[in-house]
Amino acid sequence: MNRDDVRVCVLTLEGTNCEDETVHAFASLGANPEKVHLNQLVRDPPGRHRALEDYQALVLPGGFSSGDYVRAGAIWASRLRSGLRRDLRAFVEEGKPVVGICNGFQALVELGFLPGLGGETDVPQASLATNDSAHYECRPSLLRYENRGRCGPLALLPRDGILQAPSAHTEGKFTVPQGEEEAVWGALLEADQLLFRYVDPEGTYAGYPWNPNGSLYNIAGVCNPEGNVLGLMPHPERSLSRYLHPDWTRSGEEGYGDGRLFFDSILTYVTEAF
Amino acid sequence: MITARVEVRLKHGVADPEGDNTLKALNLLGFEQVSAVRSIQTFEVDLKTEDEARAREDLEAMCRRLLANPVIHDYSFEVIPREALEAR
Repeated sequence: MNRDDVRVCVLTLEGTNCEDETVHAFASLGANPEKVHLNQLVRDPPGRHRALEDYQALVLPGGFSSGDYVRAGAIWASRLRSGLRRDLRAFVEEGKPVVGICNGFQALVELGFLPGLGGETDVPQASLATNDSAHYECRPSLLRYENRGRCGPLALLPRDGILQAPSAHTEGKFTVPQGEEEAVWGALLEADQLLFRYVDPEGTYAGYPWNPNGSLYNIAGVCNPEGNVLGLMPHPERSLSRYLHPDWTRSGEEGYGDGRLFFDSILTYVTEAF
Repeated sequence: MITARVEVRLKHGVADPEGDNTLKALNLLGFEQVSAVRSIQTFEVDLKTEDEARAREDLEAMCRRLLANPVIHDYSFEVIPREALEAR
């Protein structure tokens, strides 16, 4: 399909706040994104109803959905589970990309879609727990892309390439059940579900502040075993333009920034697959 | 109606930055005898039923499906006796 035919559903809920930047990212690359409130998919507001099946990609953007009450992403996950579970499962089974950024990643983990080891689960398999610093971390992050090919939507990203994207979260520490850390790590590697890891400018797996939250094995993003549901804590839509990079005034470089490839790759995948 | 109190706490060994920071602040305020602080979330839930066994089943499911993340949390709940509620 042509790129301008690619309909991207950028899902909103009270408290999401990165939908405009996310829509802009897809629109600037020639796709046809739309902000869609969850209620437009699960209820039938006159003239405003939308069907998830009409879209080729679904993005859960960043923010503080439902005030992050209970836990970050937990209420969003419950609302998806109660109202959209069947549509969402069909969407995923078709191989369409589902992308969670920051709060959206938290929601996909709470939903049991990520990491989805051994399939989707009713209770979460992981947690994006409170940062080790106990506060909101807003800083540039460097992400090494380590997927070996499982993740179709990000296939354009070079293996071991570094992508710069800002982190902005309080709950981003990728955590798995105690005592199962090595087993989960091994399973993620074996199924090629690892996407991004935090590194320092030398490319090594550094601690704070390069790992802004204390994440297990510096994990910043993962995908499901099929590779079409993916999530990451940092915000690639916030490095879409070169002028959003922290060194822009010194570099003098113009045009797109590191984030472009993230969105470009998703769109390329969709145009080739559907 | 049944009213229950649900407590959600971090599992032993899971980092509790909120508790640790509160400990630090209390120590700085001069409460030097404070040696640990643990953050715990509490919810009070009203259930439109008189069937306590059923209520307990539902509370268990509520904890698993929303109130706690079993990866990092332990949870417990208790039904609050009617006298305690009336004395409020």
